[in-house]
Amino acid sequence: MKRFASVNEDRCVSCGACTQVCQRQAISIYKGCFARVDRERCVGCGICAKTCPAGSIRVATDG
Amino acid sequence: MAKKVQHWYDYLWLWPIIYFVLGFFNILFAWLGMIDFMVPVLLALFGGNKLFCNRYCGRGLLLAKLGGEWKWSRNRATQEFLVAKWFRFGFLCFFMAMFGNMLWQTYLVAAQAQSLREVVTLLWMFKLPWAWAYTAGSSSAWVAQYAFGFYSVMLTSMLLGLVVMALFKPRTWCTFCPMGTMTQMICKMKK
Repeated sequence: MKRFASVNEDRCVSCGACTQVCQRQAISIYKGCFARVDRERCVGCGICAKTCPAGSIRVATDG
Repeated sequence: MAKKVQHWYDYLWLWPIIYFVLGFFNILFAWLGMIDFMVPVLLALFGGNKLFCNRYCGRGLLLAKLGGEWKWSRNRATQEFLVAKWFRFGFLCFFMAMFGNMLWQTYLVAAQAQSLREVVTLLWMFKLPWAWAYTAGSSSAWVAQYAFGFYSVMLTSMLLGLVVMALFKPRTWCTFCPMGTMTQMICKMKK
């Protein structure tokens, strides 16, 4: 089971607070519209979810 | 894990502090705030990105520093309405209306229909005397009027940013920052 950050794109304000706290550069802002997670790099630590002021990130699991 | 490399823009949290100190002593420095208005819009229009918010916004970095590193934030979930689209766009419209009013006041002074008012208006209501920051005749009256108005806008929004930082997350201001809403709108239209 892999944990990863999942973004609610409609809610995201693309401020980039998440990109600044991610230690693995696994999250970036896609064309100024919303945050996008690189599932390969993300380890699901949840630091971005805690930082997000819009509450648009949650940690999900697959499998 | 490797520590993140420090860049020059990681120190931009100093910018709002420098800005407010400069404007405290000489209001004409308030014009420098135009950078914070022009750069994000230009980056969004021509680059189709929010690099300003994401990397260069001094206010965002300062709020993250004070609220995050210094723990001046309660770090609670942002109130739902502050993230809602109606509030974000409503606040943008309100801010624009207030900005328009500021331009109108500047015009009135330029047209000599009104005299220069050496005050900084906080929260669109409270007039703080600020006359020490301007020497009469050191610029055209309208240039000074615009500076007083612009400084008022910057100080008011900074104050709001600090209040929501303390109450909610460090960068809660960013959820309804008019510049952020506007640039995201531009980026979405461009995509």
